[in-house]
Amino acid sequence: MSLWFTVLAACALAFLTKLAGHYVPSAKLEGRRMRRVTALLPVALLTSLVVIQTFAASGGGFTVDARIVGLAAAVIALLLRAPFIVVVIIGAAVAAGLRALGWN
Amino acid sequence: MREEAGKEGAEASGQRPGDLDPATRTSVLRQAWSVGIATGAYGISFGALGVASGLSVAQTCALSLLMFTGGSQFAFVGVIGAGGTGVAAIATATLLGIRNGLYGLQVSEFLHDRGWRRGVAAHLTIDESTAVGIAQPTVRASQLGFWQTGIAVFVFWNLFTLLGAWLGNALGDPRRWGLDAAAAAAFVALLWPRLHSRDAAATAVVAVVLTVAVAPWAPAGIPVLIAAFAAVAVGLWPRAAARDDDSTGGEVAP
Repeated sequence: MSLWFTVLAACALAFLTKLAGHYVPSAKLEGRRMRRVTALLPVALLTSLVVIQTFAASGGGFTVDARIVGLAAAVIALLLRAPFIVVVIIGAAVAAGLRALGWN
Repeated sequence: MREEAGKEGAEASGQRPGDLDPATRTSVLRQAWSVGIATGAYGISFGALGVASGLSVAQTCALSLLMFTGGSQFAFVGVIGAGGTGVAAIATATLLGIRNGLYGLQVSEFLHDRGWRRGVAAHLTIDESTAVGIAQPTVRASQLGFWQTGIAVFVFWNLFTLLGAWLGNALGDPRRWGLDAAAAAAFVALLWPRLHSRDAAATAVVAVVLTVAVAPWAPAGIPVLIAAFAAVAVGLWPRAAARDDDSTGGEVAP
């Protein structure tokens, strides 16, 4: 599957999902439990992505490197109510700084 | 809380706000464009991460133009960058985009657009436009808030994506600049505002356990999909009717 096809297929599905919400009558809203599941879905996926993005090694498996310190700095920034872009920059800067000092 | 009745001419989108009084109009516009600029600005991190994950500048920009939902875009390039299959990337991005469908249900109650305008409205249905739209006191103000926020985020998100992709391309080795850690920081920042309920916290814990259990042997991209079951487990868990946390949250995330 070419990367362009993957990109465009994902874009099409994202648009169709949005469009479906505009066309489905609101009376058709699923039950309370299903709504709870869909509300929690981003939490589950984003949490997993944090873990993967922090620990995944390029050759498979997990590894500990400068990313974990970058993540910790990002969390501290969030606790201090820093805006999104600042959090991202701090995460990158801390990891880049450690690597510049020779810790991978 | 919103006056639904007697709003004839609701066909008009926010671009033609009609009888909205100037003070409300100004306040809605200020809200919409400040959210648009603030949100759009971190398109720069998406652009840089997109090319760092192996996408071309054009592919990265195509995601911002056509997918236009930040969480799904970050997830898509995250899975691709980790060496995941196209199917895993598409599935993760689509699962994360399901909430936009729910937003569509909500905003279509005050947007009464038809035809191509409805298609455009659907494309602009994201966290920010929905949040600003439903926060307004009247149908007119909601329409204006939704459209202006959607357009503002769209303009700045795409401009900053292009800038970030171009910069990312010029930077070379993404690890040297900590761009891999930037991705982790981006995901945790997207997650943060959604963690305010006990259900959400429980879901996060289960998702960590599932990811750590599965990641060592599953191909890249699959652990994230398996972690989705954390939402199913917590969401369907039997509970007393009294304790019904609202876990939607996340209105400040893209």
